[in-house]
Amino acid sequence: MLLGISIGSLSIPFSTIIDIFLSQWFGVSAPHPIPDNLVQIVMAIRLPRVVLAFFVGASLSLAGAAFQGLLKNPLADPYTLGVSSGASVGAVIVLFFHWQLPWIGTFTLPLVSIAFGLITLFLVLFFARAVDRRLSVETIILTGIIFSAFFSALISLMIALTGEELRQIIGWLMGSVAMRGWNYTLMIAPFFAVGGLLLLMNSRELNAFAFGEAIAAHIGVDVAKRKLIILTGASLLTGAAVAVSGAIGFVGLVVPHMIRLVIGPNHRLLLPLSLLYGGAFLVLADLAARTIISPRELPIGVITSLIGAPLFAYLFLKRTKRKT
Amino acid sequence: MRTMLEVHDLSYRYDEKTVLHDVTFTVEKGEFFGILGPNGSGKTTLLKLLSKELAMQKGMITLNGTPLVSFSQKELAQLVAVLPQNVETSFGYTVKETVELGRYAHQRGLFPKWTDDDERAVIEAVERVGLHAKQQQGIDRLSGGERQRVYLARALAQQPSLLLLDEPTNHMDMAQQMNLLDQLKQWTNEKRLTVVAIFHDINLASLYCDRLLLLHEGRVVCIGEPSDIIEESALKHVFDAAVRRQAHPVVPTPLVTFLPKIEPIKKERDVLDSLKVTKSQEQIVVAASKPFKTLSSAVVGAGFQWATHFVNRHVPNDYCCDDAEEEMKQYLKARSFNVHRTVGMMTAVCLEDAAYVYRKEADVALYTVVTAGVGNAVDAAKAWEHESVAQTIGTINIIILIDGQLTDAAFVQAMMTATEAKAKALYDEHVLDPNTNTIATGTSTDCVAIAASQQGAVFDYAGTATPLGKAIGRSVYKATVEALRKYRKRRGDVEC
Repeated sequence: MLLGISIGSLSIPFSTIIDIFLSQWFGVSAPHPIPDNLVQIVMAIRLPRVVLAFFVGASLSLAGAAFQGLLKNPLADPYTLGVSSGASVGAVIVLFFHWQLPWIGTFTLPLVSIAFGLITLFLVLFFARAVDRRLSVETIILTGIIFSAFFSALISLMIALTGEELRQIIGWLMGSVAMRGWNYTLMIAPFFAVGGLLLLMNSRELNAFAFGEAIAAHIGVDVAKRKLIILTGASLLTGAAVAVSGAIGFVGLVVPHMIRLVIGPNHRLLLPLSLLYGGAFLVLADLAARTIISPRELPIGVITSLIGAPLFAYLFLKRTKRKT
Repeated sequence: MRTMLEVHDLSYRYDEKTVLHDVTFTVEKGEFFGILGPNGSGKTTLLKLLSKELAMQKGMITLNGTPLVSFSQKELAQLVAVLPQNVETSFGYTVKETVELGRYAHQRGLFPKWTDDDERAVIEAVERVGLHAKQQQGIDRLSGGERQRVYLARALAQQPSLLLLDEPTNHMDMAQQMNLLDQLKQWTNEKRLTVVAIFHDINLASLYCDRLLLLHEGRVVCIGEPSDIIEESALKHVFDAAVRRQAHPVVPTPLVTFLPKIEPIKKERDVLDSLKVTKSQEQIVVAASKPFKTLSSAVVGAGFQWATHFVNRHVPNDYCCDDAEEEMKQYLKARSFNVHRTVGMMTAVCLEDAAYVYRKEADVALYTVVTAGVGNAVDAAKAWEHESVAQTIGTINIIILIDGQLTDAAFVQAMMTATEAKAKALYDEHVLDPNTNTIATGTSTDCVAIAASQQGAVFDYAGTATPLGKAIGRSVYKATVEALRKYRKRRGDVEC
């Protein structure tokens, strides 16, 4: 994290950062004075950006781990349920129509986005329930795919119709944690807390689901209720993450897999570790995104995929070798 | 309360198809209750209803006197554990992690603590199924049988009162099946665990279950103890497969064997004519071109046995062996007989004095070989007066080969008829029991073998009033008299 704050178009040494923290939070005055602009950069730009990246990364990989466990599908990721597409539609609509809701001003986009994400979740669940009262995994995945496809088409439609906002929309879709400030960070925090807690509380149930829903029921899991809780928790995390940072791919898919390859599938470890490593991973990815071709920034989604895919391939290969 | 499970008028339908019709039964505490039925008879549906995996539609299930519907999933899991037929293998979980899941129902709170009780139950369950050494291994690396034991351990970690099993021994080899069922049986006795299990294997069910329920097309055919349920006509009706019921050799329970539908091997005509009889000083060998079902009291191959070779071996007068059967087997092996296909007898009588009688009547054909010596003739009615076993030579060995199908009853009657004819021969030849000076009925070491080709004419009975019985009596009498006379002539006996 310190690394993420330190490096940027203007490098700031660790010691200075620690001094800034100490003086800002604990009133400990630094041995030698620190330039105001540095304090400004650290407290208002770098720190919130790093914290936001951490929240987003943690949310996405936690949600990914939960979806993969619940749906028993290694290709499931936070976007499986269509929640992120829904949130994206919300965001793109805001950009497309230049909406500005009263009072909330610049927060129109993330709030509309979260709202759309949640609406999508309920639509998906409602639809899946209408098809199959037991909410079987297959139904959920299929429903998610249907909704995702539909929303993607909507987004494409708006992109096709759009003119000058094109760059803005594409930029948002590729995802970024840049220049969001504390407000965004604070906005994702409650969703992160609630969603994360919901999932962590259900780690034993997720273990049970790994053996199939029938088994889960046999050992006493209230399948329908727990499934709903897990889906809601994961969707909250996803929706909030997408709302504040756009669609950042690969984190939710790869991080849980990497953790699983290393420590095994037990969700009691997998979930907290996915949270930590997912957050750290995105902080580093963001760091890379803004330094590689500094002072210009790369879309963070590009970085996550560029780092993630080879790393994943390597771990996968290593594990396969060990097995044989 | 003694009743664990009560099912009343349970019906279930999938869409248009009703798969269970008014099923009613009760299971007592500590009972091992088996459900038998062909595929599609509704067994698994029934079990799924009991485990609440399927929602009940019509009828009533009560557990410990409480309706099943009023249990929450968690309450139910504290009472009932399920071992389903197929469990999806989840990659990466270790044995212990898998078994730990069984404690779910006993844990409370949002972030429950892992208590000592939990740990103890898990360790005990893992040890019970013999996987202690492998508890840190990934379950995807276990064999199918081991994996099934892991899932059993998880069910046991639930510490249930009722265990529901759907073909528990699928994917297991014979020894594993027996181990598992032995263990379950022991727990039903010791811990009053109640087991309700679906079985595919009728014989396993018969061995282990206290009571069985026979299910056919969703209806209960019968409920009762294995000896009442495992009944040829009911099984034929339910399974649509020809079966034969037999007694278990050790346990007082019935066994069934299935009759393959292969075309009966082409009936060989005059199978008795193709018998090869080899006579020498050492042995008389009757070799058949196909196996004969044989009931005998021979040294080797006693009881029922399918045999192609019938050996009557000459042993010296002073032959003495602690384990005559083993010695005889070695003898047969050394002469390249297949021990499992051979009925072997011994006699000290000179084999040249054997009598051979072939009878062919309108509907009966049989071949009889008798060797007779009466040095230790005994009157069965007065045998109790004997002080010690006579060590003199003499044995009457009778081998009868019949071309026909005999029922078990016919086999036993054939044996009786042969014995009676032999006794009459001794009477007519005036063979005396030297100790009592009364007419002897046989010798102390006589042996009879009844062999049937099991093809062609069916003989339900072989008593002395039946054609087969008459032919046996006549042949045995004739052969025994002939053999006796030869024997006495050789010994220079002048009594007759």
